[in-house]
Amino acid sequence: MRTVEAMLVAEVVARLCEEANFVLEENIHSAFQRGFEEEISPYGKEVFAQLLSNAAIAAKNRLPICQDTGIVVVFIDLGQDVQVTGGSLYGAITEGVRDAYQRGYLRKSVVNDPIERTNTKDNTPPVIHCRIVDGDRIKISLMPKSAGSENMSTAKMVNPSKGWEVIKEFVVDTVERAGPNPCPPLVVGVGIGGTLEKAALISKEALFRPVGHRHPEEIKAHMEDELLDAVNKLGIGPMGRGGRITVLDVHIETYPTHMASMAVAVNLLCCAARYKTAEI
Amino acid sequence: MVIKRVNTPLTDEVVQTLAAGDHVALSGKIYTVSDAAHKKLVQYLGYGRKLPVDLSNQVIYYAVATPTPPGRILGSAGPTTAERMDDYTPALLGQGVKGVIAKGYRKAEVLQAMRHHRAVYFGATCGIATLLSMYIKKVRLAAYPQLGAEAIYEYTAVDLPLVVNNDIHGGDLQREGRIAYAITQGN
Repeated sequence: MRTVEAMLVAEVVARLCEEANFVLEENIHSAFQRGFEEEISPYGKEVFAQLLSNAAIAAKNRLPICQDTGIVVVFIDLGQDVQVTGGSLYGAITEGVRDAYQRGYLRKSVVNDPIERTNTKDNTPPVIHCRIVDGDRIKISLMPKSAGSENMSTAKMVNPSKGWEVIKEFVVDTVERAGPNPCPPLVVGVGIGGTLEKAALISKEALFRPVGHRHPEEIKAHMEDELLDAVNKLGIGPMGRGGRITVLDVHIETYPTHMASMAVAVNLLCCAARYKTAEI
Repeated sequence: MVIKRVNTPLTDEVVQTLAAGDHVALSGKIYTVSDAAHKKLVQYLGYGRKLPVDLSNQVIYYAVATPTPPGRILGSAGPTTAERMDDYTPALLGQGVKGVIAKGYRKAEVLQAMRHHRAVYFGATCGIATLLSMYIKKVRLAAYPQLGAEAIYEYTAVDLPLVVNNDIHGGDLQREGRIAYAITQGN
């Protein structure tokens, strides 16, 4: 069986945390450039120019793109033929987050308990989702998630007999109610099916898909186009100052579900759309 | 694009001239007030105590910066969501606050209180915290050091780029902007 040192996992996680906070993903950068060219609202155009200029300064000086450097959400695809040695996998991921947030001068936003709320001072623990997959690799997908956009995200159990229309209404309603609060232009992840927690989980996974990429199934790809068009008719615009680009893209993920159930989760990703992926 | 140069402390005369949608380059001292600092300030007022910072005619900034790296005076410092401070805002307006820098919606009653106290809601772009920090030339700890990053800091800003979200005359950029660009059915 292939072995991977826990210390290597910690190093990779630390590097991904820093890179995500300092360097905008290429696909988001391109989406901003396109936004700058296509947005017809002068306020909106100005926001895209500011986002591009900020991204350049942040990358050059290795400074955080946004002051909300988030709570770190980590998806691990753990190959069943690989073993982590010299420490625990979860311990290594936590250590990586701790290292990055200290050495990278990133803001520590995590509190120890949702009720008591004392800052843990090292931005741990991260939120870790691990699945066992085929192969002998460890894939790490990581997102420092801001509160502004997470706070406006929603989940609901809807009547399955109402189908697509009720899903569409819920997604549009979520973006409409959120208005400027989640810091548009956004990426919208929509999780449909499974159970309550499965829908929420796949709505977050959907955010990792690059802007412009469509669901491989034609019908869902079409639904994504329809949703993108609907939310951008709201007029909220970049930073909520009015405009035609409130959302850069909508990504749908689905999962089989109970015949009597339909969960829908809508996870919003702010314009400081930060995530990185690596494979060990 | 016309940019209005505005200095703090903010006077009623200047506030009067600002309209929703105006681009503003703000210079002078501004004070960061976090969630925790809001809570503390309003608690102080409840006890009838004098605030540790005189907020009369001042502009407050809803921001908690990232830690300051070596060689810089400030980390990244962008605006946070205004709504979370809504319950505390009327009390601080009563202390003479003339402007707030934040992002997002505010409750209607808070906007009304702001008009009543002749205070402006300035919008700063979020997601550009590094860029915004470049307009802050001096940083001083002003109060509540025990709150760490959430303490009240006095920033000296030079031409901080802002947009007036809500003026004292009822103008509302976020509402008007949305109406202007919304595509309703049939269009």
